[in-house]
Amino acid sequence: MSKIVSIGNKGKGIRSDCAVTLEITESGGISLQLESKVKVLYGKQIEKLALDILAFYSVKNAKLIIEDSGALPLVTAARLEAAIRKLTGSDKEYLLPVLPQNQSQTAHERNRISRLYLPGNSPALMINAGIHHPDGMILDLEDAVAPDKKYEASFLVRNALRGIDFYGAERMVRINQIPRGLDDLPFIVNHGVNLILVPKCEGAEQINQVNKRISEIIDDKKRNIWLMPIIESAVGVMKAYEIATAAPNVVALAIGLEDFTADMGVQRSLEGNESLMARNLLTLACKSAGIQAIDSVFSDVDDIEGLVNTIKVSKSLGFVGMGCIHPRQIKPIHENYGPDEAEITKAKKIVLAFDDATAKGLGVVSLGSKMIDPPVVKRALRTIDLALSLGKIPTDWKEQMLIEKA
Amino acid sequence: MKKCDKFVVNAVGRKVPTIVNGQEMVAFKGLRQHRPSGRKYSPPIPTCIDYPDDGNKVVSSLAEALKKCGLKDGMTIGTHHHLRDGDMVSNTIFDIAHEMGVKDLVWLPSASFPCNDPLIKYLEDGTINRIEGSMNGPLGKFTTYGGMKGCAVLRSHGGRVQAIQDGEVHIDIAVIAAPTADAFGNANALNGKSACGILGYSLADYMYADKIIVVTDNLIPFPCMPMQVQGNYIDYVVVVDQIGDPEKIVSGTTQLTRSPDRLLLAEWTAQFCDEAGLLRDGCGIQSGAGGTSLAVGIYFEQMLKERGQKARFAFGGSTKYLVRMLEDGVLDYILDAQAFDLDAVRSARENPHHIDLSVLQAYNYHSKGNYTSMTDIMILGATEIDMNFNGNVVTHSDGLLLHGIGGWQNCLHAKTVIIPIPLFRDRIPVLVDEVTTICGPGELIDVIVTERGIAINPKRTDLIEKMKGSKLPIKTIQELKAEAEAICGKPERPKYTDEPVAVIKWVDGTIIDTVWKLAK
Repeated sequence: MSKIVSIGNKGKGIRSDCAVTLEITESGGISLQLESKVKVLYGKQIEKLALDILAFYSVKNAKLIIEDSGALPLVTAARLEAAIRKLTGSDKEYLLPVLPQNQSQTAHERNRISRLYLPGNSPALMINAGIHHPDGMILDLEDAVAPDKKYEASFLVRNALRGIDFYGAERMVRINQIPRGLDDLPFIVNHGVNLILVPKCEGAEQINQVNKRISEIIDDKKRNIWLMPIIESAVGVMKAYEIATAAPNVVALAIGLEDFTADMGVQRSLEGNESLMARNLLTLACKSAGIQAIDSVFSDVDDIEGLVNTIKVSKSLGFVGMGCIHPRQIKPIHENYGPDEAEITKAKKIVLAFDDATAKGLGVVSLGSKMIDPPVVKRALRTIDLALSLGKIPTDWKEQMLIEKA
Repeated sequence: MKKCDKFVVNAVGRKVPTIVNGQEMVAFKGLRQHRPSGRKYSPPIPTCIDYPDDGNKVVSSLAEALKKCGLKDGMTIGTHHHLRDGDMVSNTIFDIAHEMGVKDLVWLPSASFPCNDPLIKYLEDGTINRIEGSMNGPLGKFTTYGGMKGCAVLRSHGGRVQAIQDGEVHIDIAVIAAPTADAFGNANALNGKSACGILGYSLADYMYADKIIVVTDNLIPFPCMPMQVQGNYIDYVVVVDQIGDPEKIVSGTTQLTRSPDRLLLAEWTAQFCDEAGLLRDGCGIQSGAGGTSLAVGIYFEQMLKERGQKARFAFGGSTKYLVRMLEDGVLDYILDAQAFDLDAVRSARENPHHIDLSVLQAYNYHSKGNYTSMTDIMILGATEIDMNFNGNVVTHSDGLLLHGIGGWQNCLHAKTVIIPIPLFRDRIPVLVDEVTTICGPGELIDVIVTERGIAINPKRTDLIEKMKGSKLPIKTIQELKAEAEAICGKPERPKYTDEPVAVIKWVDGTIIDTVWKLAK
């Protein structure tokens, strides 16, 4: 078994990360070499943390080199823990305190309009991600992590789930494809994850496997962990309804068009005609299962106009949100999936009519001479909620409407 | 001679010397306290007897010109930084001095760049005694570890011309690299392969220096028009193959930041200015050429356009974005002391509303008023801000001197100074208990915009009042600092020796702080 290992990232362009090289030796005690551009300011704290972790794993003889580019403690700890566990085979967890806000739970039906992908082994992108306020933050262990970095990424993702404030975004993790993805679960299930994306999902069986593994390891049985399977193949599309209804914790289906078009052997186009049927099937499956349909990412981050056009089509097909690969996509996604002016105006009228009917104790809501069906009222209420949460209407919109009327 | 002597504690509580490099200096007394006395410095009276009637002042080489100027030990050499990182003239001056065996020179650049790092060897061997100007990168590091023989003196752009005008610094020889010149010494930066647009930093040099050399790589017949530099101040003209590397003088195009975090800072800054009523028809603005500042400018442009309003003037450094505002009619005038990209150079050449400005006009505090205090919105940067809003731009929290002051201190006099800045950079918090080096008193810094919240200086009760009910995340500066420290941890402080390596001048020529040699 190898007794020397290197974990993490260093070099030009690397920020907020560190590389640790660890060799466990037979004798000679601990030799710690720290190179850091913040050595004057944080050198002692970094050394103390490293010695703490070595002691936690009872490593008494080792050569440790830390090449630091301004890593936060939760990053350094993840790197060193990964190195030690790789060498020693230990499965003990070195856990820094969890932020209280990172223990929060999320609701089944919360907004999932935007969800920002963050590569699971790139701490620099995680630290400030929350300031852009996507609805969800996806720490990605799958495609955004190189195969030889997957091991170390799981430690980083765990520590990020516990220690990085995402300012109210739903904490999501995209695990690896099943069965491999099952091994990712111990790193996230008891560490504050709200939702797990299950990639390349092709049937209810995979969902069942994920849920079985979760129930085996979860400490707090009352805690909700939602699932968002990603449909990325022809088989997946054909089984969309089966997957959507596989378990009550499936809250949404997402479609992944890069893999889907590859599976179909067709080119992905901007217009997306090649996947129209698949997207229709997916939204149908979601609507009939009562869950959210989420569209594929738009991969050209510079083409905001193209993104907006894609969203318009997407929304018309019944999708309620989309993945983002860059923070600049969040705003257009919120603005364009959210209700437009005409929808809001209509919804306002219905909600006021509903209020009026409720106040008068009437069982039937009517607008002018037209009766309004309960599902329409429900939808109007939802539209108003959404408009409020996106800041499209002021919280006192009812008073303002009344003033306008007067 | 001791580098520094007779230390006192100044009005901002910092220990500063009152004798620097053998010269008496005044400790900072507080804002608007120090009044200069006496008369401005005047250079010797020249006569046409000594200059060729045919107006041809061309000599064979820079070495010959320097010899004719009487280059000798202990002299002060002034240069401008309009060629930025492409400058090929400044280093050559000291190569020549080194070959001549001249020692103890003082270099007074308006700024230094990484291309000037080779001068470290002349600081080591005594050719150069010290730099009075900005120290960046390796030069700053060298200085902070005590490598310089003399004590460095850091001045703002306005402070530099104030010191020259007041005679505190006497330039023996000024060397003006000029992209186009005639044999008489008239020069401009608008044409030629090394065109940099403006020569706004050189006016004080050629008005007050004893001897002035123009170095050009584009000699044209008299008269060189327009005359950004007037030839009747000039002693010698030198023609060389190249005064600079054009690619490093101006960038082809200035790049906007692509960082989503910085764009957020820019968006919030612009929104703040909007909600606080600062951006208004007829206002004066300055937002530099840094990535975030440029983005702020773009938001300003959009907002003014939407409202059908115009800014009256914007200070340069100019970029293609400022030029676009001018050309689109959202801005009446660019008042420009330096041009950063090719569009800015073109505009300076062609547009009568793109005004060539000298630092002497715009920034000099010992003057009958200056332009910065008339500016409504000023967007600046900083390396550190403390709980009293004092700002630092020259050192980092690890004690290393890595930047010059530039026009920063001068610009602090604007009506509202806003600093958009990340709350921490690579784990290093920007908000600290006490800044490593005070470059500007907190009384002049109004708003700090970070990605995690915006802090308004408590003395700006008007802004606090206006921003009540805003959706922007207004917090106290203490809250922001606590937030940063919760993420990064509280940093230790560097260890210093009691040896000063540099002093920081305030705009009125007094000493506001000292930079101390770092312990190894």
